[in-house]
Amino acid sequence: MKELKIDANDMDYRELNEKIHEVLDENKDLEKLVLENVLGQRFIGNGISRKDLTMIVNGVPGGDLGMFMKGPKVVVNGNADHAPGNTMDEGFVVIHGSSGDVTGHSMRGGKVYVQGNVGYRSGIHMKEYKYKFPVLVIGGAAKDFLGEYMAGGIILNLNMDQEDTEKIEGRMIATGIHGGVIYIRGIVESSQLGIAADIKEFTEEDIEKIKPYIEEFCAEFGYSNEVKEKLINSKYTKIAPISSRPFQKLYTPDLR
Amino acid sequence: MIPSTVPPKYKVFVDPERCMLCERCTTECSWGVYRRQGNKILTYPNRCGACLRCVSNCPRDAITVTLNQSCGREHPVWTPEVKQDVVTQAKSGCILLSGMGNAKEYPIYFDKIVLDACQVTNPSIDPLREPMELRTYVGKKPEKLEFEYVEEEIDGKKVKKAKLETKIAPNIKLNTPIMIGHMSYGALSLNAHKAMAKAVKECGTFMGTGEGGLHRDLYGYSDSIITQVASGRFGVNSEYLNKGAAIEIKIGQGAKPGIGGHLPGEKVSAEVSMTRMIPQGSDAISPAPHHDIYSIEDLAQLIRSLKEATRWKMPVFVKISAVHNVAAIANGIATSDADAVVIDGFKGGTGAAPKVFRDNVGIPIEVAIAAVDDRLREQGNRHKISIIASGGIRNSADVFKSIALGADAVYIGTAAMVAMGCTVCGRCYTGQCAWGIATQKPELVKRLEVDDAARRVANLIHAWTHEIQELLGAAGINSIESLRGNRDRLRGVGLSEIELNTLGIKQAGM
Repeated sequence: MKELKIDANDMDYRELNEKIHEVLDENKDLEKLVLENVLGQRFIGNGISRKDLTMIVNGVPGGDLGMFMKGPKVVVNGNADHAPGNTMDEGFVVIHGSSGDVTGHSMRGGKVYVQGNVGYRSGIHMKEYKYKFPVLVIGGAAKDFLGEYMAGGIILNLNMDQEDTEKIEGRMIATGIHGGVIYIRGIVESSQLGIAADIKEFTEEDIEKIKPYIEEFCAEFGYSNEVKEKLINSKYTKIAPISSRPFQKLYTPDLR
Repeated sequence: MIPSTVPPKYKVFVDPERCMLCERCTTECSWGVYRRQGNKILTYPNRCGACLRCVSNCPRDAITVTLNQSCGREHPVWTPEVKQDVVTQAKSGCILLSGMGNAKEYPIYFDKIVLDACQVTNPSIDPLREPMELRTYVGKKPEKLEFEYVEEEIDGKKVKKAKLETKIAPNIKLNTPIMIGHMSYGALSLNAHKAMAKAVKECGTFMGTGEGGLHRDLYGYSDSIITQVASGRFGVNSEYLNKGAAIEIKIGQGAKPGIGGHLPGEKVSAEVSMTRMIPQGSDAISPAPHHDIYSIEDLAQLIRSLKEATRWKMPVFVKISAVHNVAAIANGIATSDADAVVIDGFKGGTGAAPKVFRDNVGIPIEVAIAAVDDRLREQGNRHKISIIASGGIRNSADVFKSIALGADAVYIGTAAMVAMGCTVCGRCYTGQCAWGIATQKPELVKRLEVDDAARRVANLIHAWTHEIQELLGAAGINSIESLRGNRDRLRGVGLSEIELNTLGIKQAGM
C-alpha cells in the first residue's frame, strides 16, 4: 500500500491544501495520505475527486472539512470544526471526536460519522437524488435544529451517553423537513419538533434500515459487540416530513 | 357564498366579422381563455393575464385585449388591483405570488439623469473610424504593478526587459459590459437557457445559471457561464463549479430582498430534478440565509472554500439586493476575498416572489451603485472588487449611466427575456408561460425556437454595444474604463438636492 505523509505544522491552509493537491497529482496510485499536526487548517479535502484514497488527519481540522469532496475517506483523529461534509458529493468522513455546527450541511451523498457530539443545525438541507444518498451518524448528542430543511438522506443520532428511555435535549428538530428521515435513540416529544416534521411509528423495517449503519459505526470506532447489540435493540424515535411540499398552501392558488 | 366583487382586469374581444374560426387562439392560449362553441369563440376574460400570445398569433387580427374600463366606481386609492388583491386574500388566506419586477410607480432615477456630450473645447470622437474599447475585465485588480528588470542580450545588444512581478487575480474578460444575469433552469425553460447561452457566446460575454444547476446540454458553453451557489446548493458539486468561468454566491435578489427562493414542486420536472439533483415533484427550497454564513467572516470562508474547490483559478462574485446599508455590506464583501459584488436593484425581475416583497422591498439600483462606489473609494477598496449592477436595466442608456455612476458591468434579465418574446405579463410563477420561456411544459417549451431566440438576444446585445460606443464617442471618451465612476458626464434633471448628492451628480446647468 502506497502511503505518504505531510507535516502540516506551521502551514497556512492554502499552503497545506495546495501541497495535498500536488502530492495527489504526482502520485496517482496513492492509497493513504497522512496529515500530521493539523491545527485548524480549513477546507482539507475540498473538491478532491479520488476513490480508493484514505486521508488520515491527525489533529483538529478547521471548518468545511471535505467540502465538495467526491470519493475519498477522511479519518480525523481529533475533533473537527464546523461543517465537515459541507455539500459533499461522495466519500466517507469519520471523526474520532466531536464536530461543530452545521455538520453535514447540504450533503448530497456520502457519509459522515461523528463519534461524539455535533453542534447546532447539523444535517441541515441534506438532500438526495436517485443513487446519491447522504448519511449522517452521530454517536453523542446533537444540538437544536437537527435536520433543518432536510430534503433527503438519513440522520441517525445514537445519543450513546444516555439511555434510550430518557428524553433527549434538542429543540426545533427537523424544522421545514421535506424529505429524508431522522432516527433518534431515546424519547422525543412532539413539542421538540419544528414545523413540517412528524413523529412516525418505528417499525421492524426501520430497524433493518439503520442496522448496517450501526454496525459500520461500531466497526469504525471499535465498539464491542455488546455495545452494538445494545444500540440495535434500542428504542428510536423516527422523524419524517409531513409532506414533500410543506409550504404548498402558503401561496394563493388564484391567478393574479 | 359571497360572489367575487371584482370584474376581470382585461377585456378580451374576438371580432366575429374577422374571425374565421380557425381555433388557433384556443390552442395558443395556455390559460384557457378561449373555447369554441358552435360558430362562436367564447372567452373567459377572468383567466387572461394579457400575455398577448393570442393577439400575436391570430391570423386575422380578430382579437383585441384591452384594459377593462367598466370596473365599477373609479377611486384613486381603491383601484381595481388593490380590490382584487384583497378579495383574493380574503378567499384564500394565502400569500400573493407574482412574477417579473416591481410593478409600482416609483421614480426611475435613470430617467432623471441626462448624459453629457462634447462640443468644441473637448471634441467628440467618431466611433465609426476610431476604435472604442469596450473590453471589460471583471475581478480584482492589483493596487499597483511591480516589475522586475532583467538584462538580456539580444543581437549582441544588452536590453533591459521588464517582467511583471505582481500576481494578477483571475478575471473574466467581456467584449461588452453587458452580461445576462442569473435566471435558473427551472424558472426558465431549457430552450430559453440554450438561446441565451448561444447569444452570450457569440457576443463574447457571459450568462448566469441561476441557482438551478447547469443542464448537461449547456456544458459546451462553459466558457460563457457563471455558475451560482445559493443557500439550497441545488446542483452544486465540484464538477458543476468547474463547468463555469466564474462562480456567484447568491445572498439576495432585487425582487425579493431578505427572503429565499422557492421553486414549487410542480415545476420540478424529470429534467429539472436531474439538474438540481433533487427528487421529482418535491419543493426546491432555498432558505433565506445560507446556514453557514452568519457574518462577513463566514462569507469569506464560503468564498475561499469555492476557490479551493476550483484551485483559485476562478473569480467569485457575491450577489446582494440593493438595500439601504448596501455600501457597508459591499465594503465588507470587498475585504473578504470576493472578486465582484453584484448589486440587484428593486426593479429586478423574478420567476416568483411574494407580491408584497416585489413591490415594496429594496431600493433603486441607481442610488445603490453610487453609494457602493463612493464607499469603496473612501475605504481604498475599489480596486479589490468589481461592481456589477442589475435590476431594471432597460436600454443602452441605462447601461451607460450605471457605469458612469460606478459599475464595471451590468446584468440584464428581463430585457433578454423580452428579446425572446416575453411580454412581461408577470405570471411566470404559474409555469404556464404561453411563450415557452418561463415554463417546463414540453408543449409550451417547444414554442420557443432556440436559434431564433438566440439571434434576437445577440442582436439586442450587439445593438446596445454599438449605442454605447456612440455614447462614449459623444462624451469624448474612447474607453469604457474611463467612463467608470465618471459622474461628471452625468447631470440630474428634476431631482432634489439630497437626491443629487446621494447620486453624486450635479444639477443640469452646473
